[in-house]
Order: sequence, then structure tokens, then C-alpha cells
Amino acid sequence: MAPSDKAIATDGAGVATARMPSIETVMQPNAATMLARRILGHRSFMVAAIIMAGLILTAIFAPLLAPHDPLDQVLIRRLIPPIWAEKGQWEHLLGTDMMGRDYLSRMIYGARVSLLIGFCAMMISGVLGTVMGVCAGYFGGRVDMVITFLLTTRLTLPVVMVSLALVAVVGGSLQTVIIILGCLLWDRFTVVMRSATMQVRSLDYVRAASAIGCSTRRIIFSEILPNILGSLLVIATFEIAHAVLLEAALSFLGLGVQPPTPSWGLMVSEGKDYMLFEPYLVMLPGLAIFTLVLAINLLGDGARDIFAPENRN
Amino acid sequence: MTGALLETFDVTRSFAVGAGIFSQKQMLKAVNGVSLRVNKGDVLGLVGESGCGKSTLALMLLGLLPASSGSILFDGKPVSHLPRLELARRIQPIFQDPYSSLNPRKSIGDIISLPLRVHGASTAAERQRKVDEIMELVGLPQRYITNYPSQLSGGQRQRVAIARALIMRPEIVICDEPTSALDVSVQSQILNLLMDLRQELGLTYILISHNLAIVEHIATRVSVMYLGRIVEEKETEALFRRAEHPYTQALLASVLTPEPGLGIPDAQLGVEFPNPMDPPAGCTFHPRCPHAAVVCSRKAPRPVPRGTAGFTECHIYDEAESVSFKSAAA
Repeated sequence: MAPSDKAIATDGAGVATARMPSIETVMQPNAATMLARRILGHRSFMVAAIIMAGLILTAIFAPLLAPHDPLDQVLIRRLIPPIWAEKGQWEHLLGTDMMGRDYLSRMIYGARVSLLIGFCAMMISGVLGTVMGVCAGYFGGRVDMVITFLLTTRLTLPVVMVSLALVAVVGGSLQTVIIILGCLLWDRFTVVMRSATMQVRSLDYVRAASAIGCSTRRIIFSEILPNILGSLLVIATFEIAHAVLLEAALSFLGLGVQPPTPSWGLMVSEGKDYMLFEPYLVMLPGLAIFTLVLAINLLGDGARDIFAPENRN
Repeated sequence: MTGALLETFDVTRSFAVGAGIFSQKQMLKAVNGVSLRVNKGDVLGLVGESGCGKSTLALMLLGLLPASSGSILFDGKPVSHLPRLELARRIQPIFQDPYSSLNPRKSIGDIISLPLRVHGASTAAERQRKVDEIMELVGLPQRYITNYPSQLSGGQRQRVAIARALIMRPEIVICDEPTSALDVSVQSQILNLLMDLRQELGLTYILISHNLAIVEHIATRVSVMYLGRIVEEKETEALFRRAEHPYTQALLASVLTPEPGLGIPDAQLGVEFPNPMDPPAGCTFHPRCPHAAVVCSRKAPRPVPRGTAGFTECHIYDEAESVSFKSAAA
């Protein structure tokens, strides 16, 4: 403030850094390398990512990987146990089910159903929930009141009951399950996006953007969304897991994916009658569901650590 | 009334607070009848304690918040009638906290060039040239253009915020506590930068601050705000030489000195800052005023012209009320 202060103005932007640019470029890696380093250094995230990549590749290349047609019934070859059991056969590595269908092939095709339902239901609910949450958080007031009302209404509905009732009315199929789950699972997206938007919206850079004259659309898409993407990603992974589990539950109850489509939940359901004598019929698809959900959850946890470390509890 | 770039007449802004289903809305008057006049080339210092309505007033001047009543004229035209983009081109803010005023997901180049992109009408090469030019002007090395805000220090970030505000060459810059979030050593650099830019670009500043030393150093005129009203306005020198309103006197007395032996100054303001939901009757300052007389709790004071171009809103200086104060007007 006093004139003499000008003399000691050794600027952070000036002298010290400008003199040795080479050292600084070495010391300060760019954002992409930092991110890559954080991802590679996160062990559980990497393990989950590898499992997920394996499952996704399996689902995509199912026709190439499956040794048999998953729908092909050979009744004289029913209930052959997996290869590690005494009567196992190399032709059916994981044995066959009560209809004589190759269990490994059904498991491989089952990954398709689970992942498809998980991703699609998440996409639908994600779009619905994010739009509602961001609108509620950004516009506030009446908009917020209406959306919060919808949200509490949705939260009073038990998901499994409502989806069971709806499937019973409409009739179960892959598409109906995806649409019903998509329309029921948006609550968490809305809750999180609403509060994240409210938080970001009150920051000065949003105010600066509106003082610059940015349109509302521009403010939402280029100032707010990039800053809440981290939490969006975390919720998205959890909702995939949620949808996978719900699909399994619905299929187990006979109201999800309809036979003979191979779905892990349906396989558990079909195998339950033989559970005491042929436990692998239940254990194998159960293990698959468990692995998928665990991997997705670990992925979500890791994503939270990597993208939004400040949100860790 | 010529030469005024920005003028406000009796501007009021109230907020509805505590609106429940059954409880009635209460109105909070954040800004209560403010009339300001900023001439071209002025640096108007706006001083007052936290919660007195400084920032609300700034938002209204920027056109980000509509006034509940009263009018704000920019260059003779009401702000509410000016197109959004034109206003944005001519008035720009600089915010207090450079840690929250820059989008952490955008590179410095993107942040500085945003106004150019929003206002369109320039090619990529032209934008690049303007960004280079303004970065040079605010003292940011070129190589920061691809960096992200998290890689910069507080002072550098504030330079980025200044560059963003100035790239469209606005006429008025509203600085809301531009240095209070910075280290003391960096504060003087930013202030010097602001003063240099004022000379170079012919800027007009409205400087909101609670730091009286900064205001004394930079401002040409000072308005003192208390509970949504301007209680005293004067040329800087006149105000600091002879503060008349008891609140201004208290503010000046409360400045901390670097001398350790003196302790924390007692501004003699016994009572807490009043509840703005339920402001005191009469003069809003009377419960804390050492000179308060009976009339102060009954009647709101009117602005009394003092000196060449200033006023003080206090009964002490009002001839009509001077009977109540015998020796108080010291």
C-alpha cells in the first residue's frame, strides 16, 4: 500500500519461476499424467477395472467364447457336474443344467443380459435424474419444490414391489425390465446432482460467468456440469450395480427376464430346486453376480477417490 | 448531472426470509434506499462491516440481481433495460476469493478467453492475440496459458481474474474485496496492478472493502455503508481527515495498528450489530452510537450536505435538530 511496497514486489508470477522454466516443467506434470498416475496407483480400482474389462469383453464376444449354444437342450446330458467334480466332462467345463444346456455358455451369455440391463437402466435413470437434479439445484424456488416433491414421492415407492407389479401387468421382457428399472432408479442421481449443483452454483466462477453474459445453457454445460461430473460418475457405477441386483431379484422371482434367455438371476432361480444335490447350479451364477457387483462398487469407490477426493467421508 | 457513468437513485433490495407454510414471510432489506454517483475515472470506495449490504449492492450494479425499487442508471440508461451482453461488456466484476472465482476444470487460456467467445465476433487468431496481450498486461507469463487454476498461486489466480474482467475493455470494474483473500505481500502487487491498469485503460473502479488502509490509498471518493444505507459520503481526503458520522469515526478508530503494545482498539460500539430483520427505529445506528439523543430513536436522519461534495446522514449535523446536541458535535 505504501509506495515502498512496490520495491519489494517480487512477484510469484515473475522472477522466481521465470528464471528457471525447465525445472518447473519437470517438477509439474500436466493434468493428464497426474490423473493417469492416480488411476494406476489405486490398487482396488485397477483390480475392479480388470475384472470389469474381462466381463465386458466376455459379454461382447459371447458368441466366440461360448463353446455351445446356450439354448440348445440335450436331455440325455442333463445335470453333468462341473469339471472339478468326479463325473465332470471336458466337453462341459461347468457342467450342464437340468435341461442339458451347457452351463458355461449360459453363464457367458448371462453376462450380456446383466451388463446390458445394468448399463441401459443406469443410462435412462442417469439422464432423468441428472436433468431433474441439475434443474432443481440451479433454478431453485418453484422448480426445486416440484422436483423435490417428485423425489419424495418416488422415495415412498418400494422399488421391488412397484417393479414386480408393473412387470406383472406389462409382461416381463428385457426391454420392460430396462425401462421400468430406468424409471425407478433416478432418485439417487437427483439427490446428489441437486446438492452438488447448489454447491457449485453459489461459487464465484458461476457468478463471473453470468456477469460475462453467458447464457443459462452455457453456464450449466460448461461451468457446472464439468465440476459435478466426478460425483455423477460415482453414482452411475453404484446404480449399475443396483440395477444388476434388481434384475437378478426380479428374474429370480420369475418376473424379470423370461426363460429361456440366460440371465444369472434366472439361472439361480432355475437351479434352486436342485440346490441340495447340485449346488453348483446356484453357486456359479451367484458367484458371477457377486463378482460383477463387487467390481462395479470397487470401481465406483475408486472413481470417487480419483476424481473427487474432497467428497470422501 | 453530467459525467456520471453510473448512478443509482434510492435503490432498495429486500429478500423474503423464513417463508414457511404457516409463518408469514419476513422482509429483509439488504440495501435500503441507496443513491450513488460514480463519475468517469473515479475510484469509489464502498466501506462497511460484514452484512451491511455492500455485496448485494454490487450484484445489483452488475445487473445480476434486480432491484426491488429505485433505479440504476448506466450512462443515463436504466441497467434493467440494457441488453445483457452490452452491460456485460461495459461492467465487469473482480471477486474476493480467487480460489472460487476460477473454474477449476478450465485452463487459464479458456478462462481468460471466455468473454471473447461469449460475445463472439472474433476469430481464433484474434482471440489468441487478445489473450496474449491481456496476460502481458496483468503480468502473467505466457506459459501459464495451458495450466489449470490449481497450479497457480493466489496472486496469480487473482491476475487471471483481472485479465478475464478486463479483456473486453469494460468501463467500470467492480472490485469486491479484491485483495482480502490474498497474502499481505501479494496484496500490494495486486493493488498496484489495479492502479496501473486504471491509468492505462482509463478505468473507473468501485472498490468494495472493509480495509480502510486500501480505501484511503486508492479511492478518490468514499461511501460508508451501515445496515443497507449510505451514512456518509465524501472525498477520500476529507473523510479520513475529518470523519463526521459517529459510525465512520468508530470504523476509523477500529483499525488495527502494527504496533503490538497498543492492543485491540475499542471502537466504543457497545451493542452487537443489529438484527437486519428488525432494524432499530429512527436512526439505525442509534443503539451503538455514543452521541445518541432522544431524537435519534424516533426519527430517521436525512442526508445533510457537508463540504463540497459530500453528505453525512446524522442528526448531529442537521441544523433543525442541533438543539438536542449541545456538545456532542465535536
